[in-house]
Amino acid sequence: MSTNTAETSRKPTVPPRSEGADLELKGITKRFAEFIAVKDLDLTVPSGTFFALLGPSGCGKSTTLRMIAGLDAPSEGEILIGGKNVTSLPSHQREVNTVFQSYALFPHMTVLENVAFGLKRKKDKQAMEKAREGLKMVELDHLANRRPEQLSGGQQQRVALARALVNRPQVLLLDEPLGALDMKLRRQMQFELKAIQTEVGLTFIHVTHDQEEAMTMADVVAVMNEGRIEQMGAPRDLYELPKTAFVANFLGKSNLMRAQVVGQQEGLIEAQTAGCKVLIPVERAVQHEGDIVIGVRPEKLHLHREAPQESTGYNELSGQVIDVSFTGTTTEYLIEVPGIGRIGTFSQNRGQQPAQMGDTVYLSWDSAHSFGLAGDEVVDAGVDQT
Amino acid sequence: MKQKIGRWIIPAIGGLAFVYLLVPIAYIFVFSFNDAGRTNLEWRGFTFENWQNPCGAPAVCESLVNSLQVGVVATIVSTALGTCIAIGLVRYKFRFRKLTDVLIILPLATPEVVLGASLLAQFLNLGWELGYTTIVIAHIVFCMSFVIVTVRARVSSLDPRLEEAAADLYSTPRAAFWKITFPLLVPGIVAAALLSFAMSFDDFIITNFNSGTFQTFPKFIYVAATRGIPAQANVIGSAMFIAALLVVIVGQVMAYRRRKRLAEG
Amino acid sequence: MSKMVMTNKGKIADLRSADEIKAERRKGRTGVYLVVPGMLVLFLFFALPVIVLLSMSLYARPEGAEIGEFVPALEFGNYVTVLSAYWSELVRSFGFALIATVLALLIGYPMAYLVAVRLRQHGLLQGILLVLLIAPFFSSFILRTQAWKQILADEGWVAQTLKLIAVLPADGHLTATPFAVVAGLTYNFLPFMVLPIYANLGRLDTRLLEASGDLYASPVTSFFKVTLPLSAPGVFAGTLLTFIPAAGDYVNAALLGNNRNTTMIGQVIDSRFFKVIDYPGAAALSFVLMLSILILVTLYIRRFGTKELM
Repeated sequence: MSTNTAETSRKPTVPPRSEGADLELKGITKRFAEFIAVKDLDLTVPSGTFFALLGPSGCGKSTTLRMIAGLDAPSEGEILIGGKNVTSLPSHQREVNTVFQSYALFPHMTVLENVAFGLKRKKDKQAMEKAREGLKMVELDHLANRRPEQLSGGQQQRVALARALVNRPQVLLLDEPLGALDMKLRRQMQFELKAIQTEVGLTFIHVTHDQEEAMTMADVVAVMNEGRIEQMGAPRDLYELPKTAFVANFLGKSNLMRAQVVGQQEGLIEAQTAGCKVLIPVERAVQHEGDIVIGVRPEKLHLHREAPQESTGYNELSGQVIDVSFTGTTTEYLIEVPGIGRIGTFSQNRGQQPAQMGDTVYLSWDSAHSFGLAGDEVVDAGVDQT
Repeated sequence: MKQKIGRWIIPAIGGLAFVYLLVPIAYIFVFSFNDAGRTNLEWRGFTFENWQNPCGAPAVCESLVNSLQVGVVATIVSTALGTCIAIGLVRYKFRFRKLTDVLIILPLATPEVVLGASLLAQFLNLGWELGYTTIVIAHIVFCMSFVIVTVRARVSSLDPRLEEAAADLYSTPRAAFWKITFPLLVPGIVAAALLSFAMSFDDFIITNFNSGTFQTFPKFIYVAATRGIPAQANVIGSAMFIAALLVVIVGQVMAYRRRKRLAEG
Repeated sequence: MSKMVMTNKGKIADLRSADEIKAERRKGRTGVYLVVPGMLVLFLFFALPVIVLLSMSLYARPEGAEIGEFVPALEFGNYVTVLSAYWSELVRSFGFALIATVLALLIGYPMAYLVAVRLRQHGLLQGILLVLLIAPFFSSFILRTQAWKQILADEGWVAQTLKLIAVLPADGHLTATPFAVVAGLTYNFLPFMVLPIYANLGRLDTRLLEASGDLYASPVTSFFKVTLPLSAPGVFAGTLLTFIPAAGDYVNAALLGNNRNTTMIGQVIDSRFFKVIDYPGAAALSFVLMLSILILVTLYIRRFGTKELM
């Protein structure tokens, strides 16, 4: 890609900031003939937020987006933009614009005509100038007179973005806009999108199934599953303290173990799993008694060749290495812990190789890193879903 | 409300247009049951007799058989020749490519009277007697351009990498063509053949110029139209329509079920 | 843009794009065998006849010759004679064909749109209407034209009703009028208009319409700004496929017209050949017709043409 250097060293020339508007969904339900895509969804996105709707395909995130855009009508509920009820407004009367997954650039128009399309419909007298400005912002002003088909995927993506942005909508919707790009271009566009959003200050709603994309870009992430929002919050909060097995598995990886609560002391829940004692901070557990599920992220685990010394506040397990895979920066291990199952962890590549296939190893982690989920969770919910 | 009208105006016109398209066909069908006698101009009562005895009127069935014969032969020859040309032109190098393109496109841009007249001039010049042979030749010529254009579009939309993949999997060029390329062309070839047959069967103007005394079905009706078309002709027209309907419906239903199966897959 | 791929035989092959392979055509005799027989037919029975027609149009009729007897000559006067006698029929043919083409477009576009776009989600209904669109091809068009003649006849209920509500004067006719001829042309060539447009609209990406709605275009604006321009190649092909045969047609004029103000050039050519036995005159008229259509079509292609046509 010869345009790479130009694309990374960009300095967006951005028109004056404009505030987006709050978006509110109240009790939104969408039923299709055979299934319910979205179930009783309540959601408030404050103005100026970069909001990500994250979930596997078929979770209802795209349907939600299409309802906000006015392309599908909700079966029940209300959509409010800036406090105004727009539920029955057709898409062309809503101050909302979309960057489509397929880009949907008009093939019979030039790049400039594409970008000016919305402004012209709104009878903006300066449509052409504003469209040029918009193209400048995405650094494509030199391609204004090309046809979309003559552009690369990344360029088309930016035309689609400019076409939506120049209208200064109250809410900008992005429907997996980076899905068709290769990994490298994708990372770069994530960075640029975020930069543009920060500078323009519009409300962005970004739909994606890529958890890394959602976490790097969004201020707030909502994880959707089967038509509902499982959990919503800042990316770090979601990652560090998932409230359901689905979130724990879909957002990054987790080791989940079934356990029984046996007691509680000094703000810590004590639970028993396969003969081992495990501690969880009370405020990090969804449920405080009976059967629960304990979770810990793989990177929080320490791997030892010999039994570590007893230390307070640490949880310990031991098992046998059943799989080792070398990825370059890390080596990943799969450890079979009797009575619990398989636990994954990894170690940074600092030249050593701490364990080999078949070795008996010891795992320990700071109990402050454990989290507790409800006992009726399906332990592998959300694993390997995209 | 204005929205709703805007949304429905085009489908409404479209629906009415379908009625317009089908009115004469319904009329032909209804009047095939007319107890007409010689001229089938006004309704004289219902009868099944025409359907039970479609060859009852003189020359109806003879002309039909003639038309079917001409249609089948012209279709086979024009489809075969046209398909070969389409494949050859897309896949092989040639000089005079511009010239061949002109020779293929020009018949499509020539009205039937001119095609008919020029062929007549040629046959008169050669001193050939007008009849079955001259009609078949005329029909082959005007069907062939349609076949070439239809099949060529299909050939050039084929992914040539499929043949490379076949070669990679130990196919000879011949096997790659017959096992991969040809089966993918079949729908286009079938469509072209159906189109050829329909055009040949229904052609009047070119036929009229080059047939002499040889009677085809359209010629028979055209001549009969001045004194009244027998109801048996309506029977044949309706039967052809129904047969075509059945063929296309079977094709459509099969395609629909395949799509549905794939969608559910 | 080449990519390296691992093939079945374990070697690294150079995978080229489809276009690169297409651009490279094979040499060899097979191509000649494939193309020559058909081209020979086209040459012998299309190109050569047109040349024969051209030379015949210049034949002269010697003094005192019998009917149908002509000698090869360069009698350009034939063109002057037929053109001065039949220019009005020529102009009328193009006029009728033009009106019929415009009407067929106005009627046919909504049909194609209905089937290809609106019914896209309703496979079965779409299939049924498509069948109804194709099936008339198989019922004789002369029979259908004759049916129109009877439906619109003076004693038929259509004419009677129109007279009753005074749309048609009491002594007016529907058949044997220019109206009937144009209606017949429109009717008979309608499928030639609808099918190319249908084929084009079938490929219309409806997501573009969602995008245009998202960008503040009402459904009507979306239609005129997106759907219609994108279907231009289909409209272009449809208008050509309607106009060319309509201009040369004489069945509609013969069955639905009169002898005063509906005669089309095709009828004249036919009667010059078979009734008057004026071969040079008929040939000259045919040639004029062919040439004027070619000129009109070339101008049209220059003005609106697209590369997707053929």
